Amino acid sequence: MDFGLTEEQRMLQETVRTFALAECPTTRLRELFDDGSGNDPALWAALVKMGVAGLIVHEEHGGAGLELLDLALVAEVFGEAAMPTPFLGHSLAALGVKLAASEEARSRILPQLANGEWTATVALQEGAGDWAPPDWTVRLDGERISGVKNVVMHAGLADHILVGLDGGRLAWVDARSEGVEIVQEDGIDRTRPFATVRFNDARAEVFEGDAGAAEQLVAAAAILLAADAFGAASKLIELDVAHALSREQFGQPIGQFQAIKHMIARLGTEIEPARALWWYGAYAQDHLPEEASRAASMAKAHITERAMGAARESVELHGGYGFTWECEVQIWFKRIMFDRSFLGTPEQHRERCAALAGW
Amino acid sequence: MDLEYAPEHEAFRESVRDFLTRWPLNGAEAQRPLEEQEALFRQRGIDAGFVYRGVPKRYGGSEQKSDAIMDRIIREEFYRAGAPGDLANQGAGILVPTLLDFGSEAQKERFVPPALTGAETWCQGYSEPGSGSDLASLQCRARLDGDEWVLNGQKIWTSGAQRAAMMFGLFRTEPDAKKHAGISYLLVPMDRDGIEVRPLREMSGGFEFNEVFFTDVRIPAESIVGERGQGWQVSRATLVHERNLIGNPFLMREAFDDLVQLARTRVRGGRPAIEDPGIRQELALIEGYVRTSEMSDLLQFTAAHRGEMATAMRPMMMNKICSTDTMQRIMKCAYDLLGGDGLLSPLAEELDTWGRTTTSTGWVLQYIFSMGPAIAGGATNIQLNIIGERGYGLPRDLRPPS
Repeated sequence: MDFGLTEEQRMLQETVRTFALAECPTTRLRELFDDGSGNDPALWAALVKMGVAGLIVHEEHGGAGLELLDLALVAEVFGEAAMPTPFLGHSLAALGVKLAASEEARSRILPQLANGEWTATVALQEGAGDWAPPDWTVRLDGERISGVKNVVMHAGLADHILVGLDGGRLAWVDARSEGVEIVQEDGIDRTRPFATVRFNDARAEVFEGDAGAAEQLVAAAAILLAADAFGAASKLIELDVAHALSREQFGQPIGQFQAIKHMIARLGTEIEPARALWWYGAYAQDHLPEEASRAASMAKAHITERAMGAARESVELHGGYGFTWECEVQIWFKRIMFDRSFLGTPEQHRERCAALAGW
Repeated sequence: MDLEYAPEHEAFRESVRDFLTRWPLNGAEAQRPLEEQEALFRQRGIDAGFVYRGVPKRYGGSEQKSDAIMDRIIREEFYRAGAPGDLANQGAGILVPTLLDFGSEAQKERFVPPALTGAETWCQGYSEPGSGSDLASLQCRARLDGDEWVLNGQKIWTSGAQRAAMMFGLFRTEPDAKKHAGISYLLVPMDRDGIEVRPLREMSGGFEFNEVFFTDVRIPAESIVGERGQGWQVSRATLVHERNLIGNPFLMREAFDDLVQLARTRVRGGRPAIEDPGIRQELALIEGYVRTSEMSDLLQFTAAHRGEMATAMRPMMMNKICSTDTMQRIMKCAYDLLGGDGLLSPLAEELDTWGRTTTSTGWVLQYIFSMGPAIAGGATNIQLNIIGERGYGLPRDLRPPS
């Protein structure tokens, strides 16, 4: 019985955090926010070199052979840093291949993902709120697929796309093949741009895994989004504290007023204990299969909603400046908007928790 | 991270479960009054090494080697079985750990054993009419006269004072010292001349807390715990114990399970309320908080077990607010489910039970009681100051010099 991180896990976080602080400062994020590209190729290249692209890929396929908790620990740090890289889509694509593909396909694809030779992403969500495998409608006809997916992260960079099909199957598509149309959208979170992708009789390799693999994939996605939102909210509280200490009104730092002090303490109390909720959800994915889906939905619903609340309060706490484009709060505010509304809103995940409990 | 218990701990859990098959009692023993049955079983738990493990044998404990995982298993299993284990009242829960840390040998020998069995009950004399959140401003006086302290003044919100044999309390013994340094921690027999206990009626209709008046009450000089003027530090230790009592995630899970059961049995629009989308949303939202507290408790447990408590200081400071708020959410949801049945007053016999009740009027009572923890043992607003100042390093409030 031990509900804590290993020394290796701490070192992993420390390594990634040190890198993020040095290489992805707020000044750089602001540039990316202004030019809208949402991607820094140098950052991703360096992270690939550190092994981040293949964390959960088995060692025999060139990865680090780690678990979802390790991946979520990196997601937390990337949330803190609002890291503008294809990490999320790429990691989920690798996980989907690991869960659903044949051994032949795994040994052909995963080494290319782990070494960063290929960049990949996932196409799961459809419409405004259809994200769960039973909702998927992309049709399979022979070896070709047709249909529309939206919020495909970093699709412009992707060499391959893992696509969720009608019936909960997963398919592997070359992003540059005929019949794949990528329409870039103007996403609110400029650290993770996305596209709508139309498949018109596009050639696809359908994996043998059933809907169970797809369920595991969306549960893993929910955990990574929750961890990202937790990291982003923690960063906002750090910014709130710094502002409350430096901003003076009525001759004293505003953090000395209980109105502000209690606001920050409340935010902290909403966020800080929830670390244990996504740790548990992440652990469950690899060790408690019967609880995995529900634990993931609970973490996604609870943490992204608490984080969104913290983001809104953070804007208010920064006063007029908080409402400007210039103020860095907006970067994490929008990061959390993405974490909250992508792949199921808190309300949808709560209903899922209710259904899975047999209520 | 590994949420499985090691084989030796699973074996230990089996031995605890095996022991717990003997509760409830049966045969002639089961005919005795419940309090006697509980005392009997508790003593067997001490003899078996499962109860009061941190208390030396010479004071009535079972003096087991400290093992946080075993403690946790015992807590879980006793709780599941509803069996009497460590008492969690003012005496065993707060006074005993304080005496073990600060008491004299004579005090430990005299007071710890009957506090553990519950044979001698205790109340806590801290708050005064003019000293609530600003507790250190307290004015109740104790003056040393020969070999006796002479007490004068008033305490308030003293839960259970009408039943208690003893009070541990804070009294101003050094009127010329600075406010925190002028306080001592005294043990007061409640049957002394000059003590008057007046009940206060609570909004629930019950009488649990009291005013206690002291008029020239004389107690022996050796009734002091720690040194003169050290009472503030002594009492801080007990406040930590009290907050730990309030922040128990088992209580949250139990109340939440009762709430789900209530939602299954109440009817809305001809269907079980649990099928109502709004109720489902509310239940799932509340469970997010319950689960967070459960897992945060486990995280803090591991941090303590590894000797890395510093890494869990902030969530620990937040436990009391988390449990207070979550219990309130549970009770508000239950109250909504009651509809018009929520307009009935609690029954007289329910007023004496602070614990779990599942009748409509029992829920009404819990709905009212759920406000208590936001006030008792460090009001939520004071907790927020502590989190802001010690947790996040914000500047202390401006306070007049003391």
